[in-house]
Amino acid sequence: MRLTAQDLAVRRSGRRIFSGVSFALEAGEALMVTGRNGAGKSTLLAVLAGRLKPEAGTLTAHDVGEATLPECLHVVGHRDGLKSPLTAEENLAFARDLLGAPTASPRAALEELGLGHALKLPVAFLSAGQRRRVALARLLVCRRPLWLLDEPTAALDVASQGVLAGMMARHRATGGLVIAATHQALGLDGARELRIEPTAPEAPVSRDASSQDAVVGDVWW
Amino acid sequence: MRALKALVARDLALAARVGGSGALSLVFFLMIVAVVPFALGPDLNLLSRIGPAILWLAAVLATLIGLDRLFQADEEDGSLDLMTGAPVPMELVVLAKVLAHWLTTGLPLALAAPLFGLLVALDGTAMGATSLTLLVGTPALTFIGAVGSALTASIRRGGLILAVLVLPLMIPTLIFGVSASEAALGGTVPFTTPLAILAALSLIAGVVGTLAAAAALRWSE
Repeated sequence: MRLTAQDLAVRRSGRRIFSGVSFALEAGEALMVTGRNGAGKSTLLAVLAGRLKPEAGTLTAHDVGEATLPECLHVVGHRDGLKSPLTAEENLAFARDLLGAPTASPRAALEELGLGHALKLPVAFLSAGQRRRVALARLLVCRRPLWLLDEPTAALDVASQGVLAGMMARHRATGGLVIAATHQALGLDGARELRIEPTAPEAPVSRDASSQDAVVGDVWW
Repeated sequence: MRALKALVARDLALAARVGGSGALSLVFFLMIVAVVPFALGPDLNLLSRIGPAILWLAAVLATLIGLDRLFQADEEDGSLDLMTGAPVPMELVVLAKVLAHWLTTGLPLALAAPLFGLLVALDGTAMGATSLTLLVGTPALTFIGAVGSALTASIRRGGLILAVLVLPLMIPTLIFGVSASEAALGGTVPFTTPLAILAALSLIAGVVGTLAAAAALRWSE
């Protein structure tokens, strides 16, 4: 698949997060989204995932047939989408059945990430890094051409970071796309970089007006 | 279809695990029904006259228990992002979640009603009638509650707002539920008239509630 974004602008609760973000990704390419804290990296990923509506701009996925963009992608973010009372296997089996296009069994995916022993353990018993690895195993249980990763290496040890880099390289070799918001090098060879800059300096003068807007928007929307 | 089955199975498993709301609403139902005779005193005639009303009121309140977590839990841990990406419309996701919720709250309430009817001195006919009206009417309660639950999904401590939002909307169901139970005990109206209206309310709530809850989840920001 190919993905183009043109002049995306996002406003949340009346506050402009970013505007004029454009990029195009060919099959097999990767995009690293960088920027300081609060610049809107996660917001951009939420827009791509279909959880937020952009205020302006267009987002087009090519060569995916009838599927909409949210149906073509995997999201792994800070909110990992895992249910603590369920075991790692149950969580992955649920994700596979929900998302469709199964490629690997939960056991094989977990073993790939070195978590074969956690198959029957409730996710509540796992550490932060292990939880993150279970969430990453979701990338392997079903095939989706676009991976949206938000700080994928957070809480991961060095060995697991290597495994993740290998997974992403294989995914790209088969024509998949990777978009990662990160502060660290992820081992993505030849990845493009998209740096999100704040749209306007937060001038204290205009601040009153914009917060007023936000209140009005909240109350009357 | 596979995705919906996975959703229902997951929610049923979650309700059954530790910390799930499976038995909670049933216990709450029992508590309300058990407390009323203490408040009213041991007047069996009075109790059996207002028994169906007590059971219905308890059912309405017990339905509210756990409703606030219906979508909020998924919103918090990111499962909602997964569901956005599922190759099924949000309406069907809502339908599957509401069905699972009704199976773990509404259905047990209806089945337990004859037993709890003993506490308020109902006779055989009244027990059967109340149980049947609960079976027909509780889907309406759950669907109406789902709209409120979707609207308050991203609000912390949204439970109270939820109750304030949806209780007024549950009043028609309550009126026809109680009047159907009382019609079974004699009176000028045949039992089937209010029961048919109750069934119609459930069907309308099923359509409107599903569409409204899905729309609320899509525009949660």
